[in-house]
Amino acid sequence: MTQIIDRRLNGKNKSAVNRQRFLRRFREQIRKSVSDAISQRSIKDIDKGETVNIPTRDTNEPIFSHGPGGRREIVQPGNTDFIVGDKVPRPPAGGGAGQGKGKAGNAGEGDDDFVFQLSREEFLEFFFEDLALPDLVKTQLATISEHKLVRAGYTTSGVPTNINVIRSMKGALARRMALRAPYQERLRKAEADYEELQQLYEEKHPKLLELEEEIKRLKTKIKAVPFIDTFDLRYNNRVKEPSPTTRAVMFCLMDVSGSMNEERKDIAKRFFILLYLFLTRTYKNIDVVFIRHHTTAKEVDEQEFFYSRETGGTVVSSALELMHEIIMERYPTSEWNIYAAQASDGDNWEGDSPACREMLVNKIMPCLQYFAYVEITAYEHQSLWREYEKVKEVYNNFAIQDIAGLTSIYPVFRELFKKHAA
Amino acid sequence: MNSGSHTTKQQRTPISETSEWTPELIQKYDQEIARVAEGFNLDTYPNQIEIISSEQMMDAYSSVGMPLGYHHWSFGKQFLDVERRYRRGQMGLAYEIVINSNPCIAYLMEENTMTMQALVIAHACYGHNSFFKGNYLFRAWTNADAIIDYLLFAKKYIAKCEKRYGVNEVEHVLDSCHALMNYGVDRYKRPSPLSADEERSRQREREDYLQSQVNDLWRTLPVFEKELDKKKEIRFPEEPQENLLYFIEKNAPLMEPWQREIVRIVRKVAQYFYPQRQTQVMNEGWATFWHYTILNKLYDEGRLTDGFIMEFLQSHTNVVAQPSYNSPYYSGINPYTLGFAMMSDIKRICEAPTEEDKQWFPDIAGSNWLSTLDFAMRNFKDESFIAQFLSPKLIRDLRLFAVLDDDTKNTLEITAIHNDNGYKKIRQALVEHYNLSTREPNIQVYNVDVRGDRSLTLRHIQHNRRPLNNAAEEVLKHLSRLWGFTVRIDTMKADGGRELTHECRVKHT
Repeated sequence: MTQIIDRRLNGKNKSAVNRQRFLRRFREQIRKSVSDAISQRSIKDIDKGETVNIPTRDTNEPIFSHGPGGRREIVQPGNTDFIVGDKVPRPPAGGGAGQGKGKAGNAGEGDDDFVFQLSREEFLEFFFEDLALPDLVKTQLATISEHKLVRAGYTTSGVPTNINVIRSMKGALARRMALRAPYQERLRKAEADYEELQQLYEEKHPKLLELEEEIKRLKTKIKAVPFIDTFDLRYNNRVKEPSPTTRAVMFCLMDVSGSMNEERKDIAKRFFILLYLFLTRTYKNIDVVFIRHHTTAKEVDEQEFFYSRETGGTVVSSALELMHEIIMERYPTSEWNIYAAQASDGDNWEGDSPACREMLVNKIMPCLQYFAYVEITAYEHQSLWREYEKVKEVYNNFAIQDIAGLTSIYPVFRELFKKHAA
Repeated sequence: MNSGSHTTKQQRTPISETSEWTPELIQKYDQEIARVAEGFNLDTYPNQIEIISSEQMMDAYSSVGMPLGYHHWSFGKQFLDVERRYRRGQMGLAYEIVINSNPCIAYLMEENTMTMQALVIAHACYGHNSFFKGNYLFRAWTNADAIIDYLLFAKKYIAKCEKRYGVNEVEHVLDSCHALMNYGVDRYKRPSPLSADEERSRQREREDYLQSQVNDLWRTLPVFEKELDKKKEIRFPEEPQENLLYFIEKNAPLMEPWQREIVRIVRKVAQYFYPQRQTQVMNEGWATFWHYTILNKLYDEGRLTDGFIMEFLQSHTNVVAQPSYNSPYYSGINPYTLGFAMMSDIKRICEAPTEEDKQWFPDIAGSNWLSTLDFAMRNFKDESFIAQFLSPKLIRDLRLFAVLDDDTKNTLEITAIHNDNGYKKIRQALVEHYNLSTREPNIQVYNVDVRGDRSLTLRHIQHNRRPLNNAAEEVLKHLSRLWGFTVRIDTMKADGGRELTHECRVKHT
């Protein structure tokens, strides 16, 4: 009569849709929390979930009920020393223990926030919402440089490891049946004749002998049809199918000259981290190359890039030069999607800026998917910005933006990488 | 040492010795419990026990116990809240959720020990289950055979609407309906039985018919002068209507047929849960009484170990604990405590009545306790159950007292305590507390300005001068979204005065 069902293996995320509905409804509040978190978090913490607070009054579902006031009688348990007619001061609204409950329950939770945990995935989802790398799909389809093997039926030739036994044996069986068929028929006829003649002639009669001979010959023929033949062999066929490149390399270029103070470096760091996070979501394998420069450029590891101190003048072209060398050496454009992000305060040695433009237009941009330049300055733009603006006229996958402070990173980042209208 | 003499007196043959459970053991315990329950004449629907993980329990939780709910953000909110509190250890999950359906579905959590599983089986599968099947409210207002089918229909229908009209549109309607859900029930008229098949087949028909009815009500063709005069006298609706959602479904002028259907779905779900809101004390008391009685009987028969019964008693005691009014853990009267105490008390009055009991309960004192309890379970709801069976002894045991909170006075006043003068007063006050019609504001559809601006007027009849809460404004906005025109609340004061307390204007250009 009782049925016991083990449901533990059924999906447990029955509420997933409802959860998404909730996130969707409070999108704006959550987005703001995420945005605040980005500007406040330290770099290493960026890749984590986030606790989101939403004011209860926004999530409350209103219903008709009684407000405070009027006259009501409440029954309570656990009387110790009250007697009829006792007067008790009214407890303050929202107070904890005491008489006059029911009211405390309602008023107490007034302005608390509704708190919940956003998972890491959801956090990043919100963060990267609407973003996609420019021309991403196009690039993926265009740069077919990798292949993967996919099954595609059977072939008659191949290497022994690929033999498909079942297919081959089926073929062999069919061939045997087909090749033996004519002999089988003649054999059956000969055997029938032989039996008939046996009734008419005595043994050793030449006609009988002749038939015996015939039967023997046919049997040999039938036996001679080979059990398996190279002709029967079938091999699993695999063909190469092009698959889009999922590899990307990201160049981080940063100016560490004297004019870049700690605050500016911090802003630059955050920008790179965002870019990196963003790329990890789009590509499976990402190489990151860090190039720091003052008057000379140097490829460094992440630790050194972000944390070591070094100062000097500024020659931006040295970094571009180095980047080009590295591309030529290690990252052929047929196999890699190449992105570059440069952060600087805009200070550059006057005569160097046109050289940078030359370098970009002629050598670097043709290899790149995207180049983003952010200038972290509160002052007027200088020669580098003006030269870069010229590059922008030539290449539309070249972007420049300026960042004024920490909180403007996110909007700028979105601006740089916002989905391009198809 | 004396275990030897113990076994000679009574042979102990426990069903299991450890706290581990297996499906086979659950089956064995269920058979034993079913046997005992049958001995007590508990009449139940067939049971379907489903074992689920804690994550699944959280899922079940957040859909308010509906095995298949339509999608809505509020369930997501519920889920996030439950999840957060559970993760932080602020809250244990309920050991079980039971659904009033045929077969009766009970969820058991895999983390439970064998003892807890047995407790839950006795509590849900035989306690709640027999209550669902026996109590007059459930018999009259819900249809256990059809609910699962209906919920499935509702879920699919709403999903279809979301596809066709967009998630946002559907969400708006659902939000507004949820705000009025408590006012989507017929309190006195028996609803027609649910049937998913019929709903499906009639739904189209109904759409067309409804629309034609509505159109007729809002006919804008000119009417002869004479008729017009007569019409002015007539109010619409002729009688005040308590079921706001029903009124909207049938009469809202601008609604699309699919929107009406959604209103109907919310209304039906509200109706399904209505008896549960009216029988909380009884339902939990009944189930608690039976898990206690059944498992004790099994122990007496020697089918449970001492360890089992100790663990059981500990969690049973937690369930029925009632902190005093001045305890920091106090959060109102615990329905489990009150219900369990009353059920046990009825049994006591039947079996060993005192002089006082004979005076207060001449009909049941000394009667057969099984049939008396059965009668009580079948024919009452919380308010009438308390009015009928709350004994002076229990009032003394729980040390109940009544406090009057009157906003015209500066202090609270103790109006009754557990003495001869107080019993009836306390009982009456407690009855009021469980009376849904005084607990919820009395709001009805009063008038529609059919020939004018189509505004809808609700009438709130104040009880003991208690005003509406602040959310009323918001609820009114939801109502006006459904109605499509201005809505307002007229409040009737105790002195007979009337006052326009809330209004939500809708401008049509």
